[in-house]
Amino acid sequence: MKEILILSGKGGTGKTSVAASLAALMPDKVLVDCDVDAADLHLVLAPQVEEQHDFISGVLPEVDGDKCSECGLCAEQCAYDAIVMDDGPQIDPLTCEGCGVCAWFCPEEAITMADTTCGIWMQSQSAYGPMIHAALDPGEENSGKLVSLVKREARQLAEEQGKQWILVDGPPGIGCPVIASMSGADIVLAVTEPSASGLHDLERLAGLAAHFKVTTCVCINKWDLNEEMTRRIEARCEEYDIPVLARIPFDEDAVRSVVQGVPLVEFSQGPATLAMKELWHHLEKEAYQEGEPRYPVLGDGKITLSS
Amino acid sequence: MKIAVASGKGGTGKTTVAVSLALVAKEAQLLDCDVEAPNSHIFLKPTFTDTSTLTLDVPEVDEEKCTYCGICRDICRFNAITVFGETMMIFPEMCHACGGCFLACPEDALLHGKREIGVVEEGRDGSLNFAQGTLRIGEAMAPPLIKEVQSRASGPLVIYDAPPGTSCPMVTTVRDADFTLLVTEPTPFGHHDLKLAVTVLRQLERPFAVIINKDGLGDEQVAQWCKDEDIDVLMRIPFSRQAAEGCATGQPLIHTMPDLEQQFEAMLAKVVSGGAA
Repeated sequence: MKEILILSGKGGTGKTSVAASLAALMPDKVLVDCDVDAADLHLVLAPQVEEQHDFISGVLPEVDGDKCSECGLCAEQCAYDAIVMDDGPQIDPLTCEGCGVCAWFCPEEAITMADTTCGIWMQSQSAYGPMIHAALDPGEENSGKLVSLVKREARQLAEEQGKQWILVDGPPGIGCPVIASMSGADIVLAVTEPSASGLHDLERLAGLAAHFKVTTCVCINKWDLNEEMTRRIEARCEEYDIPVLARIPFDEDAVRSVVQGVPLVEFSQGPATLAMKELWHHLEKEAYQEGEPRYPVLGDGKITLSS
Repeated sequence: MKIAVASGKGGTGKTTVAVSLALVAKEAQLLDCDVEAPNSHIFLKPTFTDTSTLTLDVPEVDEEKCTYCGICRDICRFNAITVFGETMMIFPEMCHACGGCFLACPEDALLHGKREIGVVEEGRDGSLNFAQGTLRIGEAMAPPLIKEVQSRASGPLVIYDAPPGTSCPMVTTVRDADFTLLVTEPTPFGHHDLKLAVTVLRQLERPFAVIINKDGLGDEQVAQWCKDEDIDVLMRIPFSRQAAEGCATGQPLIHTMPDLEQQFEAMLAKVVSGGAA
């Protein structure tokens, strides 16, 4: 079983569009959407939800007004300034990290930590195979924990059903949810675009992949929007020893297919579709290549910013 | 006044809008709060005059004083401390810096170690004041660094370039702003993530309005939805290959498309005067 994780650093480079096309091209897999705070893959793959579960992760303090003496110790000790005293402690759930320090030290034992639901996760069936996805409640934290849960469920399902692949659509950035999504991935497919921002954020992502020693490949989306920048990205990838698997041209059919809610490769036989097929061909070869993992090599470990 | 430029979906043009807005303002400061992938500096090419490193206090054990009682392990809800027998292990990367272990230790046996979160740089590009945070690679906790960047806010007009998504980094950025501009694109992805971002801002009871970028590329559902929800669309930036090409090489939008300058000025005036949303 091989797990392919689609990331980008910069948002909006085309992760979900690439994921949707790979979902149509890749046989025998479980699909996963790890962009839990802005999940979009379901908009293209239209899965039917079969099971829905609450995501109980966070804990939040609950104050027993009868016991509270309004001493203010909780507010004073809160490292996140999530508590203000205003006719008893008022707790801001969006700022609270759930550390429980307030409950631990409350001299009146007036605070208890209660489980809270921060979202849902679902097991669904799509035309392209089973799918595990989630929706973090807007504004919530613990996105990393939800990513870990979604990945664990997907892996279990893939093992039960003897699937050959797990295809994961990842979140943007390089922070908490991205770090959580990298755990257990065989290959990171970094989708970038030929812009100074795309390259800058690709370098930060390559740094993270090197840090966690995950094999990384690149595809350059909308490559013909700036041919010179595409060549710069390819040169940088060569320097880092990261294979560039495909160049996907700008193709208005890509936008039209999203509007229609269909994976590009099933919508059009245009140039971008051909490039997606080439991408899948090379990705499959890369996944079953023998030898050591090829994580990015960054020289002295420091990233040289190109901008 | 502080204006955040946020989006939900990534790549809709937050940085494009934030930079153009800062450039048309007479006196402004731009703070790049997208610490995972900060890109504003690519368009501004600022000269940095001040750099500082943000660290969080994480525990380190003083073996001389520690009695291995395990209270620090018990209070830690982030599994950053384990104690077995006379061995104590601390995983600083798991620590959320709540400070509970320091407060709970009866022997005063925990020392204040440091974990680097990232770097804050300050400088200027011409008359524009600029600061950005860059999260250390491998670091998971963005919000403390975002708050540190926001602490540099000064002057009558501050613009925050926000991170994408709708979870804690985005919330941290927009809740400190007086007004939020949500940049979206006219596609099902843009529409779906805009709805999530709007939910956050309504929960926070913060005023906001929408900018539709790459207008003409997809369909009308975003504009129709905003109309139905009674949300102001302050600007529609047409999709153009020329704009995309300029953006790719780090050119601010109002330099590639000078015709838009007046529209940005008018939008800014409307937001500042309280006439929006």
